[in-house]
Amino acid sequence: MERIPYLRLENITKTFPGVLANYSINLSIEKSEVHAILGENGAGKSTLMKILYGFYRPDTGNIYLDGTPVDIRSPLEASRLGIGMVFQNFMLIPAFSVVENIALALPKLNVLFKRSEMEERMAVVADRYGLSVDPRARVWQLSVGEKQRVEIVKLLLSGARMLIFDEPTSVLAPHEIEGLFQIFKNLTNDGYTILFITHKLREVMACADRVTVLRRGSVVGTVLRSDTTEQELAYMMLGEQSLHLDRSTKKPPEGRSKTVLELKGVEVSDDRGGLGLKEVSFSISSGEIVGVAGVSGNGQKELGEVVLGLRRCRAGSVLLHGNDATQWSVARILGEGVACMPEDPLVMGVAPGMTAQENMILTDRMNYFRHGGLFIDWKAVRAEVERRVENFGLPIPNLDTPVIALSGGNVQRLVFVREVARRPSLLIAYYPTRGLDLAATKMANDLLLACREAGIAVLLISEDLEELFSLSDRLIVMHRGEVVGSFKPEETDRLEVGLLMTGSKAP
Amino acid sequence: MEARMRAITRVGTGQPARLIRLMGMVSFAFLAVGIFLWAFGKNPVRAYGEIFQGALGSTYGLTELLVKMTPFILCASATALPARIGLINVGAEGQLHTGALIATWGALTFGDLPRGILLPFLVILGFAGGAIWGSFSGALRTMVGLNETISTLLLNYVAVLLVEHYVHGPWKDPASFNWPFTAEFTEAARLPTFGSSRVHFGLVFALTAVVVLYLVLRKTRWGYEMRVIGDNAEAARRAGIPIGRYIVLTMFIGGGLAGLAGMAEVSAIQGRLRPGISTGFGYTGFLVSWLASHHPIGIVIMAFLLGVLALGGDMIQINLGLPYSTVNIIMALIFFIVLGSGQLKKMGA
Repeated sequence: MERIPYLRLENITKTFPGVLANYSINLSIEKSEVHAILGENGAGKSTLMKILYGFYRPDTGNIYLDGTPVDIRSPLEASRLGIGMVFQNFMLIPAFSVVENIALALPKLNVLFKRSEMEERMAVVADRYGLSVDPRARVWQLSVGEKQRVEIVKLLLSGARMLIFDEPTSVLAPHEIEGLFQIFKNLTNDGYTILFITHKLREVMACADRVTVLRRGSVVGTVLRSDTTEQELAYMMLGEQSLHLDRSTKKPPEGRSKTVLELKGVEVSDDRGGLGLKEVSFSISSGEIVGVAGVSGNGQKELGEVVLGLRRCRAGSVLLHGNDATQWSVARILGEGVACMPEDPLVMGVAPGMTAQENMILTDRMNYFRHGGLFIDWKAVRAEVERRVENFGLPIPNLDTPVIALSGGNVQRLVFVREVARRPSLLIAYYPTRGLDLAATKMANDLLLACREAGIAVLLISEDLEELFSLSDRLIVMHRGEVVGSFKPEETDRLEVGLLMTGSKAP
Repeated sequence: MEARMRAITRVGTGQPARLIRLMGMVSFAFLAVGIFLWAFGKNPVRAYGEIFQGALGSTYGLTELLVKMTPFILCASATALPARIGLINVGAEGQLHTGALIATWGALTFGDLPRGILLPFLVILGFAGGAIWGSFSGALRTMVGLNETISTLLLNYVAVLLVEHYVHGPWKDPASFNWPFTAEFTEAARLPTFGSSRVHFGLVFALTAVVVLYLVLRKTRWGYEMRVIGDNAEAARRAGIPIGRYIVLTMFIGGGLAGLAGMAEVSAIQGRLRPGISTGFGYTGFLVSWLASHHPIGIVIMAFLLGVLALGGDMIQINLGLPYSTVNIIMALIFFIVLGSGQLKKMGA
């Protein structure tokens, strides 16, 4: 007799107006396996998972759980069936403590809420699977990796048997990723099933048992990890296109190099009142990419904010083009040609309810003020925005669409293009390729190199060591708000940098 | 995700569609109240007939409607401007009172000045009185993070009591036989009225305010920057938009507009300062602004509608023996229905 898979999808099709998101998907997931769903952005991975989680209902097709057909009408229904989902954007309440957030998700919560009992239950799960988090910390105080662990604990305690992870590694540091994969292993050993959505080949090879590849809404195939290679998966995922993705190449920058930004012994507070940056000193010249390696939450945020004038120095000074800019206002610093692509473009970089066009001029709006700012020359804005969309190949069909209607990847690109197009002298780029697929990543990398050629000084903040090594002219490593290493990429290797950024090696 | 889907489905419905929906909801409120009236043995058709007849059926009614609309529009503008950057100013009532208070001080102290000098001066004083009261809340918000909804609300009581203090105490007219009001303003301190009606020059202030507000929000960099702040303050801060300055400034101008309403009430209608110069104009103005989604043109339309109701309230009291609160119930019901339908979230122009 044939074995019944734990979860089986049969002929699932889902369309949105004008888009065929999933077409006739067949998929079987075994109990206690790590099953990766691999595909480029827009391949239909997220839609499929949202169907499983009851957000969307398929147009046609059936879902079987343990051989019985199920109808997943809502996320509540999904969680009753033991299906839990860890989203890219965590569903946690920042002002609440960890234990309160977890209690909130439990199906049966007593009227009287015993904190100590909850903490014990948390501790049991945490010890067993390596998910330790301080139960009394407020969620806003946690790092991204910790928040993710809270989400997992929450699902486990609320009785999930299958966990869906939507691009879980895009927000994590390298060592946190390894930790997550270890957690996967611990969970599957205990009979949990993991569904892991990603577009990163290396991660699939590192943790999956089986891989299903999606392309343009359809299943290309399901293979055993042990039977395949990265090349084969890349070919399945990208088709013909994969042949054109070679590495970006560096060319020397134009003009003579001058120091653009210099930090001298800068110290700032972090949000919790502690020391965010400790005696940070370095400089960047025009046409140079300085990469900042580090686990997020080790001063990268504060570094960008102090340069932009959003955070004041406790000690030390910031020099822009040789002038002391320590006390300058944000507007003045932006006016001096500093541009920033923030960590979270949707939250920090755009007004989501306003149109793509209006958002495109947010940081260089002064150029379109007429009569001392009495009016904005919208005609000139239109022409300039159209030029940018054309030149940078932005896939924005209608400039009058509000930004919230664009996909996350396109918002990221819009902000990136906006900051580059105003020809800054210094570009601070946070995680410019985070969450982007291979093709878009290549474009973003090429754009950074084009900035370098044009003589722009680039401060590249990333957790992707491969990206840092291939793009940077100089690398600095941050740990706990301090610069613990400064090298040329060819003078060091990933192991040394990895150890420095996790504090496992003294500088 | 769901929030995003909702936002997408809402986009692309133009102003006319919104207006029609809003009107539909207003009608629904009338229908609901009508059923209640009918259940209590009153003829709803006749009651509504009286309301509209009262306000629109005669020249007198129409001019009184304009008199009512004047402070409604000014107080609604006082709410709408700060609302554009996400502030909730419930203090138009207090700002109206301080405007009236300071203008009264000017009228009592400089009553002998020629009209051409005195009146503009009183207008400035009225504006300043409200503006200072409003920007005080704005400054508290910027400097110590005190929520402006709380501070404006509480300062309303302070402002009303300040007026009470002055009319009962230092400014009490010795010839008033102990009534709590100030001496009558000199003729030079009276804001002109149109013809023999009570419609006064304040209406010009109100309509000018609406037009200027519309142009500023629509066309200028300030309007653009304010929309960015209202939509995402963090992005605004990172784009170098001085949020603190905008908070104080919108509260200053908003408060000033409410102050103008107060100045007009004492100078044109009452001719002196006394308690009860406002029958909740500030709060009705707040309602008007929210019903209009803080849109300047919508404010005029909603001020008209609530003006009709407010006038009609007097009529049904006299002619049908229904309490004035019937009208309050209709207003409240309109507000709840609009609130519940989620119309108010769409604050964009």
